[in-house]
Amino acid sequence: MASAGAAGPFWRAAGMTYVSYSNKCASMVRNCLKEPHRSEALDREKVHFSISKWIDGKPEKPLIREGTGGD
Amino acid sequence: MFRQASRLLSRSIAHQQPTKTQVAARAFSTDVSATPTEDSPFAQSWKKVIPHIDAPKTPSSYMKTRPPTASAIPTKLTVNFVLPYASQLSEKEVDMIIVPATTGQMGVLPGHVPTIAELKPGVMTVHEGTDVSKYFVSSGFAFIHANSVADVIAVEAVPVDHLDSNLVQKGLAEFTQKLGSASTDLEKAEAQIGVDVYSAMNSALTG
Repeated sequence: MASAGAAGPFWRAAGMTYVSYSNKCASMVRNCLKEPHRSEALDREKVHFSISKWIDGKPEKPLIREGTGGD
Repeated sequence: MFRQASRLLSRSIAHQQPTKTQVAARAFSTDVSATPTEDSPFAQSWKKVIPHIDAPKTPSSYMKTRPPTASAIPTKLTVNFVLPYASQLSEKEVDMIIVPATTGQMGVLPGHVPTIAELKPGVMTVHEGTDVSKYFVSSGFAFIHANSVADVIAVEAVPVDHLDSNLVQKGLAEFTQKLGSASTDLEKAEAQIGVDVYSAMNSALTG
């Protein structure tokens, strides 16, 4: 069992959150699939979002990001 | 907040009419009354402060109470194996499952002690009679409840025969090399994760 006061898993000690760890593991697994399943799976990873920073109460031009996983 | 809005608005317009008839005529009234029937401490303190508005429902009033644990151990384990995009097994009755917990392969039989286990990348096997199905799980959690229901949740889980061994070997070599050359903590952690995942996939394919 983990010792009391353990720093936790190595990725936590390196500053990664569980969610990023889990997503990285999942994307590694997806990259190793055989062909028809692989393209379906990589479709699942696609993200599309747009971010706009607000300065002085006004939004700046939004940054639109699209593509597979990653940060 | 907005659920009450139509009722409050109609009440202010036709304030002579009692609110109960307005509730019956409302298009999107909930099927259960807004005030919880049993006088929980929340409902009581609400009534003291705002007696004329029904208390809102709290999240716990939407939840079903925990089912009682049967005194006899059930003969089968009920498994719910879910992923974010699909539910692979839903209320399936099986004899045993083996999950890859961080503390090692954990076998779950009916009557298992309630446990929450974090899973590491590895193979989950489901035993039903003589059939064994194997899934490679990327990471996740397994919740085993007192009534022999096991919920296994994972971000990605694939049957082991969907894995391509060439890609696994290449990835393992790549991440082992990255582990050697990593400098920052974060890079080291990522490379270590890669090595863990790929070697687990490798042993799933060969083992």
